[in-house]
Amino acid sequence: MDIADFFDTFFEEAEELLADMEQHLLELDVDNPDSEQLNAIFRAAHSIKGGAGTFGFSVLQKTTHILENLLDYARKGELALRADLVDTFLEAKDIMHEQLNAYRNEEEPDQETYERICQTLQQIALEEIGQQLDAPAETAPLTSTPAPAESASVEEESVGNTAEGQLKVALINVDEKDRVLLVEELEQLGDIQSQSGDDKRYEVILSGSVSADDIEAVMCFIIEPNQIDIQPIAASEASPQAPAASAPPPAEQKAPAAPAATKAPAPAKATGGDEPAKGKAKKAAAESSSIRVSVDKVDQIINLVGELIITQSMLDQTVSDLDDQSVGNSSLQNGMSLLQRNARDLQESVMSIRMIPMEFVFSRFPRVVRDTAGKLGKEIELVTEGKSTELDKSLVERITDPLTHLVRNSLDHGIEMPDVRESIGKPRTGKLTLSARHQGGNILIEVRDDGAGLDRDRLLAKAKENGLNVSDTMSDEDVFQLIFAPGFSTAKEVTDVSGRGVGMDVVKRNIQGMGGRVEIQSKKGEGTITSIVLPLTLAILDGMSIKVGSETFILPLSTVLESLQPSKDDMYAMAGDDVVLKVRDEYLPVIAIHEVLDVENAITDPTKSIAVIVQGEGRRYAMLVDELIGQQQVVVKNLEDNYRKVPGISAATILGDGSVALILDISGLHRLSRAKKEAGKPANTQTMSFYKESEPS
Amino acid sequence: MSQATNGAVLATEADNREFLVFSLGDEEYAIDILKVQEIRGYENVTRIANAPDFIKGVTNLRGVIVPIVDLRIKFHLENVEYGGQTVVIVVNVADRVVGIVVDGVSDVMTLTPDQIKPAPEFGVTLSSDFLSGLGSLDDRMLVIVDIDKLLTSEEMALVDSASHH
Repeated sequence: MDIADFFDTFFEEAEELLADMEQHLLELDVDNPDSEQLNAIFRAAHSIKGGAGTFGFSVLQKTTHILENLLDYARKGELALRADLVDTFLEAKDIMHEQLNAYRNEEEPDQETYERICQTLQQIALEEIGQQLDAPAETAPLTSTPAPAESASVEEESVGNTAEGQLKVALINVDEKDRVLLVEELEQLGDIQSQSGDDKRYEVILSGSVSADDIEAVMCFIIEPNQIDIQPIAASEASPQAPAASAPPPAEQKAPAAPAATKAPAPAKATGGDEPAKGKAKKAAAESSSIRVSVDKVDQIINLVGELIITQSMLDQTVSDLDDQSVGNSSLQNGMSLLQRNARDLQESVMSIRMIPMEFVFSRFPRVVRDTAGKLGKEIELVTEGKSTELDKSLVERITDPLTHLVRNSLDHGIEMPDVRESIGKPRTGKLTLSARHQGGNILIEVRDDGAGLDRDRLLAKAKENGLNVSDTMSDEDVFQLIFAPGFSTAKEVTDVSGRGVGMDVVKRNIQGMGGRVEIQSKKGEGTITSIVLPLTLAILDGMSIKVGSETFILPLSTVLESLQPSKDDMYAMAGDDVVLKVRDEYLPVIAIHEVLDVENAITDPTKSIAVIVQGEGRRYAMLVDELIGQQQVVVKNLEDNYRKVPGISAATILGDGSVALILDISGLHRLSRAKKEAGKPANTQTMSFYKESEPS
Repeated sequence: MSQATNGAVLATEADNREFLVFSLGDEEYAIDILKVQEIRGYENVTRIANAPDFIKGVTNLRGVIVPIVDLRIKFHLENVEYGGQTVVIVVNVADRVVGIVVDGVSDVMTLTPDQIKPAPEFGVTLSSDFLSGLGSLDDRMLVIVDIDKLLTSEEMALVDSASHH
């Protein structure tokens, strides 16, 4: 799959998120804001920021980052909303949209508007909550110490232009662990002339052609931007223009940016004349190749086509009863067979809209893992299993985001730094496994890492701190579920990757929205397995239809190994009324469907029925059925929507004639059969006589 | 004063409720019309093994799998037959769609609060917990069933007690 596909997906998602954000902002009641709505706006910003970061759209990322910070204050109630603030947020949203469009057309976003909106947002932060936001350095003109900082954008410009400049990079309040890492990163960017300081302020003099912006971009992934202070040394001393440019008093916030800004956008505008035309043409082409359709519409079409097929079968039945001698009737019959073919084709096409292998989801992860690991300075090996497991499109669409969150979380908090890993005897390279498979009536998607695991005590401590109702005697499972509580994060630092505690709450919501659940198994020091269990609701299944008595059932084709006609000699009765069938030196427990499911008028003589050898949960069984009808693809319908879980049945489907057929759950049937026998149901003594008594061999 | 009277009149009208009346054997029952999604014939039901006898099975209602409950069996009525007159009332309760088999649907009635009497404590088959009251209409008595409570109750075995709400 092409990386461009991911870009497109991001653009589309971001566009939807921006639209959501706008809608919520417009609906927001400033005097009495709905916290759900504020959270929704915040989450939209958070998701856009994450995506923009992944794809390296730094301007968009930074704009969103500042907005997100403000929104965070707003949702915590520390920033009182006013209509004009909402206007500014809306403006920021519009600018983000422009930036998004610029990236979509492979252009750089307009620098001037970017700086302006960043400053406006900073200004709000300063005025309304009296706090400096952790913001990108080039938008720093509002720092309380105006002299050096106000001209940051100018300095950056001059630094960027200086071939060999020296930068003084100060790390503020960075602990040693992170500092070592950061200094390593800095070594990659330039030559370190000297370094000194302590946790509070650690200064590194760096020489090289790297710009302050680049340094910050690298470090942002480990620490917050306000922990970095980058000052040019050689540049400011060498170029007399720089101090001159920074002369305007801090009151004119926009002034310092102006000289720098006028330079930057000029070329962009010059080329702007022909660029948009090109960009638009490209965009138009991209739009025509695919459209996004709501899943509801697809579902509706599928149901309607199902109805159509049923009506068609009914008509077919009626027509076939007609006397085929008359001329009119034969043309009607021709028409009917044409209709049948068209209807089947239509059904197949509609069905194919929804089926997508998990590969579609998994294939975006090598990139996510690589980028995230790179930012975090970790070494990760990604393994994917079960790529061909087919999943309904609507589930695929909705599983991607939660899965990305979980993967990033595993990388950020789960897997340790290479040095740490080595010191505790693990291989340097952490292993992250993504797997998908069918299990029982569910699809199981797992994110496994061999990292540090969850720290029960820390989770509990944090939960208490957050005022959650917890006790020390809670089961591990319950404790681990705490990480899904809104706003819950044990990360020491809020990073670009994760740590705000929004992610996991969204993950859980999304998965529950799909009717699934998330389970966490973790062992401290050994790793964590996060399992997403999704119901088969929308999944499509390759099935084998079988007949028992007058009833039709579906066996999942993946469970069927072979079928054979059992001979009397191969069947052995065991203690009690258990029966085993000998198939090539293997004794398989026999499950007679008609007994387990109380089917009337079924063939009771095993030698006259067919034994289907099936596999479930790693064990094999011989299932006695009357007749094999054939293979077919079926849409799995959940029984639990309107009814309840039925033992031995995983789900239901609708057959061509409109009737409902039940899909069998192999292991469930075996358990049911055992339970029935144990409950002392009178053994079917009649059938017993067909089995040979087991002889001591 | 006049306002209060008006209010009372309005309230009374608002309190009038419409019911769908159906018959089970010789008895007449009623359920809130707003719970009713549609009425259709009894056909094509797929049996579910090991379910209580009053759960006839599931059927396909335009792509949705809907369980079918026979209230006649549940209420131990004699002469349970399935014919052209057998009717399934499809109801919406607790975000679920369930079909109930009845002998016939007679009409839709509006009852004023005065016409609804509290149900006496009786019945082993049908606990008065599942009744909203008894409706009296001329010389007819309608058993008003709280279909929500009845269908979601444990004894109907329609809902997993562990999961859902």
